[in-house]
Amino acid sequence: MPEVDMKLVADLEDKVIDIKKQLFDMTYHIGIAHLGGSLSLCDMAVALYYGGFLKFDPKNPKLPDRDRLILSKGHTACLFYNILSDLGFYPRENLLTGYNKIEGKFGQHPNRKYVPGIEASTGSLGHGLSIATGMALAGRMDKANWRVFCLTGDGELNEGVIWEGVMMAAKYQLGNLVLIVDVNKYSGGGPTSVVMPMEPLEDKFKAFNWDVVRIDGHNMEAIVKTLSALPPSDSVTRRKPICILSDTMKGHGIPWMENTAIWHLGGLDSDKVEECCAIVENQRKVRG
Amino acid sequence: MATGMTFSTDTWVEMMSGRDMAGIELMKIADEGQEFALILSEESQIAKSKLGQIAQKYPDRVFDVGIAEMNGIGVAAGLALSGKVTFFQCFGPFLASRVDQIYNDVAYNDVPVRLIGTHSGLTSGGGPTHYTVTDIAIMRAIPNMTVIVPGDANQAARFMRIAMTYPGPMYIRLPRADIPMVYENQDYKLEIGKAVTAKEGTDITVIGVATGLSAAVAASNRLEDEGISVRVLDMHTVKPLDTEAILKAAAETKGIITVEDHSIVGGLGEAVTDTLAMAGACVKVKKLGIPDEFAALGYPEELYAHYGYDAEGITREVRAMLGVSAPPPKDVKD
Repeated sequence: MPEVDMKLVADLEDKVIDIKKQLFDMTYHIGIAHLGGSLSLCDMAVALYYGGFLKFDPKNPKLPDRDRLILSKGHTACLFYNILSDLGFYPRENLLTGYNKIEGKFGQHPNRKYVPGIEASTGSLGHGLSIATGMALAGRMDKANWRVFCLTGDGELNEGVIWEGVMMAAKYQLGNLVLIVDVNKYSGGGPTSVVMPMEPLEDKFKAFNWDVVRIDGHNMEAIVKTLSALPPSDSVTRRKPICILSDTMKGHGIPWMENTAIWHLGGLDSDKVEECCAIVENQRKVRG
Repeated sequence: MATGMTFSTDTWVEMMSGRDMAGIELMKIADEGQEFALILSEESQIAKSKLGQIAQKYPDRVFDVGIAEMNGIGVAAGLALSGKVTFFQCFGPFLASRVDQIYNDVAYNDVPVRLIGTHSGLTSGGGPTHYTVTDIAIMRAIPNMTVIVPGDANQAARFMRIAMTYPGPMYIRLPRADIPMVYENQDYKLEIGKAVTAKEGTDITVIGVATGLSAAVAASNRLEDEGISVRVLDMHTVKPLDTEAILKAAAETKGIITVEDHSIVGGLGEAVTDTLAMAGACVKVKKLGIPDEFAALGYPEELYAHYGYDAEGITREVRAMLGVSAPPPKDVKD
């Protein structure tokens, strides 16, 4: 394991709070957003985009050598819309005025044709890994060095096509593919352990010939350590694809949103936005 | 590629496989140095398959997903999102039914994936689980999708070449095995969205696809001897539909008959009748194809006769539409 840059960890923790505040503000402006799964995924997403683990250029979203991030849990597009606007892919104003509008470009689920930085249009759960696998194969055809990240939830692992993709990525030993599962333990309907138990997930992925690591997805040091330890992206050399099981909490950071399916999709009035922002700011202060 | 008499034609006609011809053309395209990706479902291991042969010769661009069509469609979309024109061929009944992946991964992303469904209509002879009778209906309802039903094997090959540069997703529907050749030569213009007049005629128009087209040509030839002139339109592109050719036929002939190896619900027939109705065209119409039921068991030619969309069935419908009787049988002398 490489040494962890604790300054980077602290910066990323700060950025998580900034992005969460933007997310709350956006939710107020647009009325409704998939908050629960966005809050569980926020630490990992911020680490990828701001920690130097994802290669991209906001001024050139189609940069040929960029890494590809496929958001299989497309309902959390609202989180990524904020990150992408924060990074300069487009002005925030476009998002606030164009979300869920007839003439707008920013849907509850992302459309890659309209939103710079979005690699694939997703929303129907379970589709991302197959798309990511196809991209990783394209990278191999081109002997390219870019990497493909695929982000799924744990609920969507119920989808059979996920396991078809898991088989395929292992068959072709795609060393340029990383699957990150946001194991927040709730789908839109309820606890995943009740709706459709999927554990033990490590054993499942190992049995399908993947390398698996399981981490605390709200511990930024662990996230940075894990992403830093990824082998260099190599589309040609064959090795097991990598799965990061990121244990998280749905609605993380806002006590009344945590560990409940109710905040899978919800809205915030101005008082609630203020309260949410105060809560996350307080977390910054407590951390020091 | 056999030669023989089949599909109720009156003469010996050359038979060729669209699957083989499409595969041969794709191999030529690869040999020319043009890049594409190819996804297969088991077929990479079938030595006699033309696509299996591409897999052997070009293993770096051919990926076999096994018996996992949903994933195959998603993987194809991923390759196409990365700039590769990507073909995915598998049994039609197991392709069009994976509509979630087709709708979302391919069509919504609007990428150059070419979904090739084989064993079209009843050509598998394998019973309802192996019939592909709702695919045109499904595919034409999906935005961005272009729906191609080649008229014969040579045309299937020509569409492979068109597929290399045509933008957006395509569905290409091919029969299991050999079907009659419709065109003696390849000097006719082939363009997506433009019907080919396979035979000129002035009394009735028959609009057909694939085996429905060859049966229509055979019926037209037969009726010529009775003094009935039947126009045959090859509607190789069901979407976008050549509405101009349909409305011209409605204006210039007394009736329109559609022929497809597909359910009469949602297929070519409905596309044509919808066009006529929306334009307010007053013309007799008849849709030939599979009724709204799980089709019977048997060999394709038996089933086409059973459901009345072979050459004989088309001949009957043309006469009925014109209100003429069949001529008395000729005396047969030894």
